[in-house]
Amino acid sequence: MGEFEVHRVRFFGLVPAGVRCLACHPRGSRLALARTDGAVEVYNFAANYFQEKVIPGHEARSVESLCWAAGDRLFGAGLGGDITEYDLSGLSAARGLDGGGGPIWSMVANSSGTQLAIGCEDGSVKIFQVVPGGIQFERNLDRRKGRVLCLSWHPSDTHIVAGSIDFFRVIDVASGQTVQRIMVNHHVEKAKHECVVWAIALLSSGTVVSADSFGRVQFWDWEQGTLAESHTVSTSAVLSLAVSQKEDSMIVGTSTGATYHLQLLPVRLGGLEKRWVRTKPFQFHSHDVRAVAHSPTALISGGLDAQLVIRPLMEKVQKKNYEAVLRKFTFPHRRLVSCARKARLLLFQFSQYLELWRLGSTEETGKDGEVLPLCRMPEHLVQLKSKGPEHIYCSCVSPCGTWLGYSTASRFQLYRVRCDEDGVSLRKVPKVPKLLPPAYQLQFSADSQILFVASARGSVHVFQLLEPGGCKHLHTLRPPSGCSEAVYLLAPSADGHWLAAVSGDWAIHIYNLKCFKVGLGVTPQPQGTRDGGLSMHCPPGSHHCIPGAGLGWLWCGNGGQRQSWRFWFGMGVWESCQPGPGGSHQCMSPPAASLRGAQL
Amino acid sequence: RREDTVSSCCPGPLGRGNGVSPRRYLLYASGDFVKVHSVNTEETLGLLCGHADLVTGIQLNPHNHMQVYSSSLDGTIKLWDFMDGIPIKTDFFLWSDTFQLVSVKLTKGAGQDLEGKELSVVLDGVGASSKQIAFGREDSYVVSVKDVDLQVYFFKRKLLNRFSLSTAKTKGGDNRFSCVVCHPTEDCIATGHADGKIRLWRNFHHKKGYTYSSLHWHHDTVMDLAYSLEGTRLLSGGVESVLVQWHNESSCQKDFLPRLGSPIECISMSSDGVLCCTLHTDNRISIINSNLRFSRSIQGLIKSRDVKTGLVVDPRTKALVLNGEPGHLQFYSLQSDQQLFSLDIVQRQYIHQAGLKQSDLVKVAFSARGTWLATVEESEEVADPELQLKLWFYTEETQSFALNTRINTPHDNHITDMCFRDMDELGDDSLILVTTGRDCVFKVWVMVGDSDPEGNVSWSCDFVGSYHNYQATNCCFSEDGSLLAVSFEETVTVWDSLTWDLKCTFCHPPGNIRNICFGRQTCSKYLIGATDYGFLCCWNLLTCALEWNAHLNVVVLQPDPLSEHIAAVSWLSKESSLFVFKPSEPWPVYIQRNLCKEKILLAAFVPRDEPETISSEKYLWLRKSQLFFLTDTQCRLFSLGFILNFGNLKGDRIVTLRFYLHFFKLAVEESLPVTPFSVLLGKHRRQQAQEDTDLGKPVVHNKQEQASPAVKELLHTPAHVLPSASFLCTIFINSLLISKENKSAEEVADEVEMESEKAEDDSDEEDVTAMEQEDTSHIELLGEITCKLSKSQEKELRKIRKMDYSWISAF
Repeated sequence: MGEFEVHRVRFFGLVPAGVRCLACHPRGSRLALARTDGAVEVYNFAANYFQEKVIPGHEARSVESLCWAAGDRLFGAGLGGDITEYDLSGLSAARGLDGGGGPIWSMVANSSGTQLAIGCEDGSVKIFQVVPGGIQFERNLDRRKGRVLCLSWHPSDTHIVAGSIDFFRVIDVASGQTVQRIMVNHHVEKAKHECVVWAIALLSSGTVVSADSFGRVQFWDWEQGTLAESHTVSTSAVLSLAVSQKEDSMIVGTSTGATYHLQLLPVRLGGLEKRWVRTKPFQFHSHDVRAVAHSPTALISGGLDAQLVIRPLMEKVQKKNYEAVLRKFTFPHRRLVSCARKARLLLFQFSQYLELWRLGSTEETGKDGEVLPLCRMPEHLVQLKSKGPEHIYCSCVSPCGTWLGYSTASRFQLYRVRCDEDGVSLRKVPKVPKLLPPAYQLQFSADSQILFVASARGSVHVFQLLEPGGCKHLHTLRPPSGCSEAVYLLAPSADGHWLAAVSGDWAIHIYNLKCFKVGLGVTPQPQGTRDGGLSMHCPPGSHHCIPGAGLGWLWCGNGGQRQSWRFWFGMGVWESCQPGPGGSHQCMSPPAASLRGAQL
Repeated sequence: RREDTVSSCCPGPLGRGNGVSPRRYLLYASGDFVKVHSVNTEETLGLLCGHADLVTGIQLNPHNHMQVYSSSLDGTIKLWDFMDGIPIKTDFFLWSDTFQLVSVKLTKGAGQDLEGKELSVVLDGVGASSKQIAFGREDSYVVSVKDVDLQVYFFKRKLLNRFSLSTAKTKGGDNRFSCVVCHPTEDCIATGHADGKIRLWRNFHHKKGYTYSSLHWHHDTVMDLAYSLEGTRLLSGGVESVLVQWHNESSCQKDFLPRLGSPIECISMSSDGVLCCTLHTDNRISIINSNLRFSRSIQGLIKSRDVKTGLVVDPRTKALVLNGEPGHLQFYSLQSDQQLFSLDIVQRQYIHQAGLKQSDLVKVAFSARGTWLATVEESEEVADPELQLKLWFYTEETQSFALNTRINTPHDNHITDMCFRDMDELGDDSLILVTTGRDCVFKVWVMVGDSDPEGNVSWSCDFVGSYHNYQATNCCFSEDGSLLAVSFEETVTVWDSLTWDLKCTFCHPPGNIRNICFGRQTCSKYLIGATDYGFLCCWNLLTCALEWNAHLNVVVLQPDPLSEHIAAVSWLSKESSLFVFKPSEPWPVYIQRNLCKEKILLAAFVPRDEPETISSEKYLWLRKSQLFFLTDTQCRLFSLGFILNFGNLKGDRIVTLRFYLHFFKLAVEESLPVTPFSVLLGKHRRQQAQEDTDLGKPVVHNKQEQASPAVKELLHTPAHVLPSASFLCTIFINSLLISKENKSAEEVADEVEMESEKAEDDSDEEDVTAMEQEDTSHIELLGEITCKLSKSQEKELRKIRKMDYSWISAF
């Protein structure tokens, strides 16, 4: 082991945006999440809840509601009044359609995913048809005064319940008429305040569950218009509510950051009579819990404190393994920091600007674990603001510290950085070749001569950087078989011969940079698992990648031979993925050279 | 078929299960008894006595609400008709030593004492307290909690589910269970925890699918929980002295009944749900309406942490006076078994916080007629006690004591003793207070008239005496007030109270003087002292010589103010024994060995309102006064226990009961109608007793000979001077009529009678042979004084008795 200097970087003041809404895929495999800055993220449950895709936000695009429809299509609607479909392979907001009713507060898809209902500021509920390539306005339902804050379809798609301020109403979808209107602010001392129905759910039994700003979760029989049960779960507002598909359990989120689990339990053991009982409270969040979701095996909540918390239901988990762990996502799963190793510079990526810092340094040496005094404090060199409302997709600083690049949804910018005694100067590199934005990942080669730009459809553009400030498009690397997904991750080898690229379909391609040919293609699905997020490192002669959680893969590419190992981090065991002579997987050690790479 | 479960052995001060029956009776277990209290009239209606040890639990008979089951440490379960106070039946069981929840089949038979044999273990490893076990809806399951484990046993399915909470104490949490109750109509279990949480468990028939929610208000252990009749409300209580009512299992809807005075230990709901009652650590029961309004309280003797004041009798009310609430003096009526009033002496807010040094009352003295009260309070600081001597004057208008004089730092060190000069006939002018201190002096305080026109008086120091710079430990005045005895470590000094001259000194080395007292009435020339080296000495004040001494480790020395008798309690080889003697005679009048297993700390003679007619010579010394003891019981808490006369009352509030019992017994036996049969029976018993006892002391048996003064007279008059039989007949018949009143009492005391009779037989065996048995000490026996009755006396007594009885049978 060599000598290491560990820097404690405490000057990256990233403030993650709060979670605004959550949408569980009906089949329960994916979770879509929208943040208050308009960013949309997709988490893959099967891959250890890895953050699979991120669509950066946009200043003008707020997302109030997300829903999955027509299979794997994701729609979002916000206070801008538009319904947006997201292109998940291209990681961009695709098409927008004006809802025509002012700001949209809520949007839900019906059980088959063919129709979307939106609730608008003007009190209207509109139905849109999901058609290939977009959505189409179908019709207006009965419009009443008061903004529609929340909506819920009946599982049989016959009725929609719409929550508003002080009341909610039930609309017959076929006729479009309001069939019941129920006031929720009766018999409350606080009646002088308005009672906001923040979340609502229509169960198959005909029970309407409403969550309101008085902290109540109420169960109504909408046909009779009577209140069946009322649970005051909190002294503060209940902001969100989600019911499991079996309708025997639900989660509510409150403005104090507490979430509560309600369960439909038999009143007497073995009896038929059942009642909703508030069971466990959870205090995972520090601020409002604006969004909750209920997957078949877990309670999911997202708060304005930017945390996403996934709490598995212990009784649904078969084994006490990794599945049963409480997960809290506070940090982004993306690379927001890039490091210029030689120049001792750090580049921090914020949503709309970049910060370049110089690391502090010390002249002393010390023992392991000792904190050394700094002779030079970390220095904030420059803040680079991105123009326009778009948020930054990716950024990178070259290892020598003289090049800096970033990309937004529509623009790609490259800068030349000069650090001298007078200060830092940034100069935009003119005449950057036009490419199809956005770039999903930027990566400089180790000698800072070449810039790799990950782009859509599996392609990687290679630029040669020219002194004193220019660049030239050298080549575009494409997978031989073609690919629809964008490239997310890039990793060049230290000797500059190889480049590994990972695209959204989890294929890894290793290109030979001498002849710009595909050297190696691996699809890491030996057992059908789709293990997640990759960061790559290519030591000479071997390639390995480390996914986000739990499992590491290592491939050795020595002279065309290919061997792969899988590393269980929890257990510290290397396992060969090539079937052994007896057909079984063998536990054996990979070559020492590969291990060195892994240790790095 | 009915199943009743009792934990096999459960040392707890007060059993739970105090239930209010629909007709407004509150039953509570209190020591060895179950008391029946009428909620409407606020009086104790009855007393269920018969258990030989602590009652651990009571439970109303679900099929008959006029009956109650009680379980006790004596291994029995009794069924009572509590309105009549009659035990219906008793089941004996042989219990194992471990805590188990067992199911017993109570025998069907109607007999009195039945041995239960069908006993099956339901749960192992249950908690010792009955609060940790609860039956579920319709008795279909039973729940037990202990430490961090919850066990549910379903009777029909024979299924045992066990749930464990984590033992980790994270974030101030403490998951240990403290109590459990079950919802009356739904399948929901409510458990209280050591960190103040209440958990509501549901779906507990699934091993995995169980779930619970929690309610949290208490900051410390939830002591008890109770559901309302319909289960819509849940009551909880703890050390905060606040009763919390939770509605609909919601943590947002709750009501409070604060300022209940002291920590809540138990909560019980009446069977019609109208009332609930809470039991508090200071031995009080509060009755609370269903709308959470405090209704009234039943206050027993307040359990104080430490009775520093000793047992003092208020001459005015005849109430027992001792430490009550912190800084208060409680006046406790023994006759009515209730607190008369509580006097705030320290007059400072008491702060319930561990480790805080606060002032408390340490000494109390009353003047002879109860008009003056002297109190000493000191802070718990060892180095600087911050003493205060307060003198209180009783004002007739307000019917209470008013502070007259406050003396700061009356002594430089702790005050060890204090007494008034008791001179009834001389009036207030002669009133003198003497205090002794560890600062090696005793001080005499007298009343001085103030110069102001209202004629107010105040107290000031008149004389300071000391002796060779020894610490003064005890003081007492002679009956006529002319002499003051002050003990200075090993020496007793006698001072003239007029001139404050040192008259003489007495000493019995080695050993410091522990107690001193003057003899009274005919024995006023004697001074009695007990040393901590195990000697009881009697000095003659006229001859200034040792009259007699006995080798006895006396812990408590208590003179009877109304007679010449002095009670001494010894503590030796883990048992307390009582000796009653007259100073003039070197042998005891009465001996009760093995009075109790606990150490007796204090004793007091309480004058009777009217002298009792006691025929038995053995108990003549109890004619004018009753004797009360205070023991230190080794319960989990420090709890006071009173022992009354015989046997120990470990319990809490039972004060007079044992005593009454005993006298019930005496009365019963005496009032047996003297029929030829009864005489025959009596004779038979007597003979049996005589056969049993080797040294048969006949004194006890004499008590059977008379039922009333009439019979007594009849028996004491020589036959040749008796009037004719026809004349005597009416008197005799009348005496029989009077005695009939006690008939029901006889039935009540039936059970006890047997036991106490047995106990008495034991004591008879012990004999009056005396104090010489205290031979385990390292000192050779000095006083050879024993107190045997001579053979001839014995014979004579026997002869008299025999003659008497034959005479009655002839009658």
